[in-house]
Amino acid sequence: MLLIRCPYCATERPEIEFRHGGQAHVARPADPSAVDDAAWSEYLFFRDNPKGVAAERWRHVHGCGRFFNCLRDTVSDRILATYPAGAPRPTLGAEGAR
Amino acid sequence: MTAGRSFRLASGGLVARDAPLRFSFDGADYEGLAGDTLASALLANGVRLAGRSFKYHRPRGIVAAGSEEPNALVELGAVGRREPDTRATTAELFDGLSARSQNRWPSLRFDAMAVNSLFAPLLGAGFYYKTFMWPASFWERLYEPLIRRAAGLGRIAEARDPDRYETVHDHCDVLVVGAGPAGIAAALAAARAGAKTILVEEDFVAGGRLVADRREIDGVGGAEFARAAQAELAGLPNARVLVRTALFGAYDHGEYGAVERVTDHLADPPPFAVRQRLRRIFAKRCIVAAGAIERPLPFGDNDRPGVMLAGAVRAYLNRYAVTPGTRAVVFADNDDAARTLADLALAGVEVAAHVDPRPGAAARLTAASGVATRAIEGVVTRALGRLAVTGAASVDAAGAAWRVDCDLIAVSGGWTPSAHLTTHLGGKPAWREDIGAFAPGALPPGMAVAGAAAGDFGLADALTGGWAAGARAAQDLGFAPPPPREPKVDPDAPARASTLRVHPGARGKVFVDLQNDVTTGDVALARREGFRRPEHLKRYTTLGMATDQGKTSGPLGLAELAALEGREVSDLAPTTWRPPFTPVAIGALAGAHVGPDLQPTRLPPAHAVAVEMGAVFVPAGPWLRAQYYPQGAESGWLEAADAEVRAVRAAAGVCDVSTLGKFEVAGADAAAFLDFAFANPVGALAPGRVRYGLLLRDDGMAMDDGTVARLAPHRFVVTSSSVGGPAAHLHFDFQRQARKPDLDVRIENVTSQWAQFSVAGPRARDAIARVLDPAFDVSDAAFPYLAAGEARLAGGEPARLFRLSYSGERAYEIATPAQWGAGLFRALVAACEELGGRAYGLEALNVMRIEKGHVAGSEIDGRTTPRDLGLDKFVAKKKDFVGRAMLSRPTLLDPARPSLVGLRSVEPDARIVAGAHLLAEGAPFDARHDLGHVTTFGHSPTLGRWIALALVKDGAARIGTRLRAVEPLRGHDALCEVVAPAQFDPEGSRLHG
Ligand SMILES: [Zn+2]
Repeated sequence: MLLIRCPYCATERPEIEFRHGGQAHVARPADPSAVDDAAWSEYLFFRDNPKGVAAERWRHVHGCGRFFNCLRDTVSDRILATYPAGAPRPTLGAEGAR
Repeated sequence: MTAGRSFRLASGGLVARDAPLRFSFDGADYEGLAGDTLASALLANGVRLAGRSFKYHRPRGIVAAGSEEPNALVELGAVGRREPDTRATTAELFDGLSARSQNRWPSLRFDAMAVNSLFAPLLGAGFYYKTFMWPASFWERLYEPLIRRAAGLGRIAEARDPDRYETVHDHCDVLVVGAGPAGIAAALAAARAGAKTILVEEDFVAGGRLVADRREIDGVGGAEFARAAQAELAGLPNARVLVRTALFGAYDHGEYGAVERVTDHLADPPPFAVRQRLRRIFAKRCIVAAGAIERPLPFGDNDRPGVMLAGAVRAYLNRYAVTPGTRAVVFADNDDAARTLADLALAGVEVAAHVDPRPGAAARLTAASGVATRAIEGVVTRALGRLAVTGAASVDAAGAAWRVDCDLIAVSGGWTPSAHLTTHLGGKPAWREDIGAFAPGALPPGMAVAGAAAGDFGLADALTGGWAAGARAAQDLGFAPPPPREPKVDPDAPARASTLRVHPGARGKVFVDLQNDVTTGDVALARREGFRRPEHLKRYTTLGMATDQGKTSGPLGLAELAALEGREVSDLAPTTWRPPFTPVAIGALAGAHVGPDLQPTRLPPAHAVAVEMGAVFVPAGPWLRAQYYPQGAESGWLEAADAEVRAVRAAAGVCDVSTLGKFEVAGADAAAFLDFAFANPVGALAPGRVRYGLLLRDDGMAMDDGTVARLAPHRFVVTSSSVGGPAAHLHFDFQRQARKPDLDVRIENVTSQWAQFSVAGPRARDAIARVLDPAFDVSDAAFPYLAAGEARLAGGEPARLFRLSYSGERAYEIATPAQWGAGLFRALVAACEELGGRAYGLEALNVMRIEKGHVAGSEIDGRTTPRDLGLDKFVAKKKDFVGRAMLSRPTLLDPARPSLVGLRSVEPDARIVAGAHLLAEGAPFDARHDLGHVTTFGHSPTLGRWIALALVKDGAARIGTRLRAVEPLRGHDALCEVVAPAQFDPEGSRLHG
């Protein structure tokens, strides 16, 4: 079981309190009706599937209810960093590069 | 034959001679002792035929003494407790245990399906891919029934499991897997250092080989050493020993799965005790001391009852004081044989011959053990006998053939480290030339191996290695390690595992995988057909795919394939071991989450009132809702719902809608936020007004619908559907936090805080007036259609009133905080009844919404757009909202898309059912002519026929035509008229009536 640190509650809590919410940092076009089909479908349907570090959105659903972002290694399933929604993706140190 | 005689030794063993236990096998009664397994008790009674094999129904006996047993699978329990494929070697005996053999008909000694052996050429490797492919029409009529009767291992329980299970979470510093010598030493070292330590052991006795062999440690017997260590650990506050607990899997980040058999071994489990307990163990360090598994040797008919692993023979002699035979042949290619010879002789079993292919080994070991027997430098080529071994044929180095009478062949091809847990996270085992076996390779973080599992087969090495591993784990975690220990033990000669091949002169079937009936011939055939890698060989022959996962067969299969390929075993990659290490009951994995406890059942605040009224309930998502309230002689849902609909249309009815999702939305930007979250312009709503609200997903599909009421300029109350509440909550939270984080808006889910009731019918206003504070003006002038506001009940309790209609009648929804919900419902029921109405349930609610053409979850199914549902008139024209961008995409505007229509049966009694497919009159019933499907149906007493909503291709164009609604599963076929969705009062005149 993953222990996940909620950046808002500032504690490590068990995985079952959280819900995965898809890829992080996917910006909704400012005026969706103005973008072409390719840009819209890119936003709506296409997601990264990295082997390694992935930025993901998670929600502390059985806690504070807030969405936050996290960096997770899809190979080891380790969570390397969590950070508030809206904050930039952090750069990982030696620990995260592993 | 041998039955009726006791094969129990006069003394010795870890069995309680003063505690006899009665048990039965295939209907015959026997007696065993406390401390026995079913296998040892059967052997003590001379029962050596335990079952029939999977494919060929060959007679099979007991091969092993632990969880690696491939053969002796029996059925325990009855009805819901029936458990197939239980290994007799791990089933702890209790008084009254009743076991049955499997895969035999009509009896174990005479099995008619053994004729399968005659068809062996047809049942070879990959037979299911080839033999039964042609002609295709034979499959359903002939092949499948034949295979189903013949194949399969055991019978599953056909009734619901009556037992209870639970899940617990354990946390520790050091987890030690296996309480053999290495595990005991590791646990002692870690625990004495102060680390929180858990030692798990799948057996019901700690000790591993210490209780199966005659060993001595620092002058103490092995069993006594294990008992003392267990007692010491049990006395430490930071240590626990869990016996009967099988560790079955290693998972990410130091999580391990184990299943504890809590009451399986008890004749009378205490009431309310769980049968098994799933333990999720979270450990900072794990030491795998799972021991090693002995290898069989290949020879003809090596599956006959009486062919037993030598280590198991010693376990039955020493631990259970049972002789598994009276005259034995020992066939081994390693020095462990000396121990087997000595133990057999000590127990008074005659050793007819000792066969060892290594030059001089048989004579040397026979002399060293002081056992008088014939030493043959050679190999066993075939086991003789059918239902039991009657002899062994062998060939010596000079080529001379020997024939020795015996009823037991003790075989040993050396030992393979039990590396399974080290590969569960993707690790690969590594070849060790010195032991001739694959041993644990790279280990996952936090894991170490010790003892035989690490390839250290000697007792002294196991003890010092285990101790060092325990000390190192404790030290890693900051504990001061205990000093190293050098125990004095009786000497032993670790056995290098063999790659002995079957002798060319062997006759009969040579089994590689006993449980799946895979022979050396199958391996050769698979290779000839191109399946040359171990993973391919496994899939094609099913070698290692049975419930024992090839614990004993894996190395034999690899050796056979390597020899055929002309390669070294070390060049082959063994197949991957995955969890579970041993079979785990699904019930244990499910724990308490079964049946009604799968998820919590939610009850609305007035549930008890509905129960008092005799309501019949139906699950709606997590909720239990009143489906109808039968009165007087009303016999079922149809009569009751008809009466309820009539009461609403004629007078007044009340329906509990407390289950709707309810949300308070407040803040300076609340209106702007709701305009973004909803597809229709709800932000423009004036305070004191309520309107319909439609939620879309980003892809333009409808997600849910409800209502939005503005109570004050910056305060809204929003509802969603009952089942869609959690999804709507997620939607609102996501849009607020992720998409519109800068808006000043707060959202609170108040679903359970408020009770809410719909009061509908021409007399609804009179009914509502009776429960409200008389000062509240409910005249149409003061409170018109789509008005919303705060009010007080007659007793002064707070309330909210909305003038909304789902039924098409004049209607109100009234809400009050949950604690007054039951009282308000009671008052509303009384008011309606006084006015000639009654309470109505979900069934009547549904009928009336179909009459009015309102959509619900059955139409908002994730594949329908507002346009498909006839809701495009509500959609905002200008603003940006979730889902807008897709609505103008050409595909979603295609008029051929299925769209909402109403249906009514042409014949009043012809039932239209949900899920029925719609076809043009006269069209054949096939997918090509399918025009759509019925989403929901009901009986309309108003219209005097069955009605429905449906999604139909070119829906609008079909209004006025006729279609057939066909549901072949239950045989419904109704001719229907296609009508506009709103079939009743399409002008909406009754809303104001
Ligand atoms: Zn939180």
